[in-house]
Amino acid sequence: MKKKRVLAIASAGGHWVQLQRMRIAWDGCDTVYMTTKEEYREGLMQDAAARGQPAPRFYRVVAANRWQKFRLVRQLVEITLVLLRERPDVIVSTGAAAGFFALKFGKIFGARTIWVDSIANAETMSLSGQKARSCADLWLTQWEHLSESEAGNITRPDFKGSVV
Amino acid sequence: MIFVTVGHELHFDRLINAVDDWSLASGYSDIFGQVAELGETGYKPQNFNWSSFLNPEEFQTRFKEADLIVAHAGMGTIITALTLKKPLVIFPRKGALQETRNDHQIATAEQFSRREGIYYAKDETELGLVIGELIAKPPAQMNDIVSEFAEPRLISTIQSFIFEENMRKGTE
Repeated sequence: MKKKRVLAIASAGGHWVQLQRMRIAWDGCDTVYMTTKEEYREGLMQDAAARGQPAPRFYRVVAANRWQKFRLVRQLVEITLVLLRERPDVIVSTGAAAGFFALKFGKIFGARTIWVDSIANAETMSLSGQKARSCADLWLTQWEHLSESEAGNITRPDFKGSVV
Repeated sequence: MIFVTVGHELHFDRLINAVDDWSLASGYSDIFGQVAELGETGYKPQNFNWSSFLNPEEFQTRFKEADLIVAHAGMGTIITALTLKKPLVIFPRKGALQETRNDHQIATAEQFSRREGIYYAKDETELGLVIGELIAKPPAQMNDIVSEFAEPRLISTIQSFIFEENMRKGTE
């Protein structure tokens, strides 16, 4: 059977550190990484070699936060091009904007999607996490208290453990 | 040695200033600070060595050499402290002071302070007290074993989601 192609995407910094802690979950897959920092490429290749995994493919996209509209548009275009080229079966992200874009458009191209909200959001889901609700097949928080249902019809994220 | 880090995104004057004041008052100067880009206005420590940025290897080295970490509530730092079993004092950035976009760092600090080896200092006065106490009486080696990877339950949840269409026996 054909290997699953997994796209793991996160912005640089804490989001990336958290995504990396889950990487054994997609061992054995045809893995594609996307992030906003070129410096992560080498570490990924070394880790794959050290753990006997095939070298993943790596794409860097432009960094953007929610106030940088032009950069966000550029980032969206770059992500879409990679999605079209790679056509992942599964997309997994810890955030932030880049992850949301990948889930949103990846879903349209037929990928199944996982959102693991950053553990830095202990009070509410992150902004990108809230937006990702509609396009995440698996929508997870890392805080158990955020998954507990309250009065009302608000959909709560699932809790299945944390990255640390 | 105390390693102070504010992450690479934004300088954090209130933290660096408070550590600088504590250093002067206590006479303890075996401190290194990673303070981010300070520009014209950012606070420059007077009583200890510092640099704006550290590459990943330098960051790891400083971390490993330190007896105590003092930091904003950044996840990279918290995860590294847990993994390397270093005592960590968290001094969260406040949204109201425009130190970050909102008060998420306060919530992070409150939640993580329940874990062994993580301390939460609410303000500058408390920060000096907590650091002083931890330097005077270093905490015992931590038992909390933190793996290089996420919790097994999270890993297996993601794995079964990825492989769910070919989990039947006889397929690969």
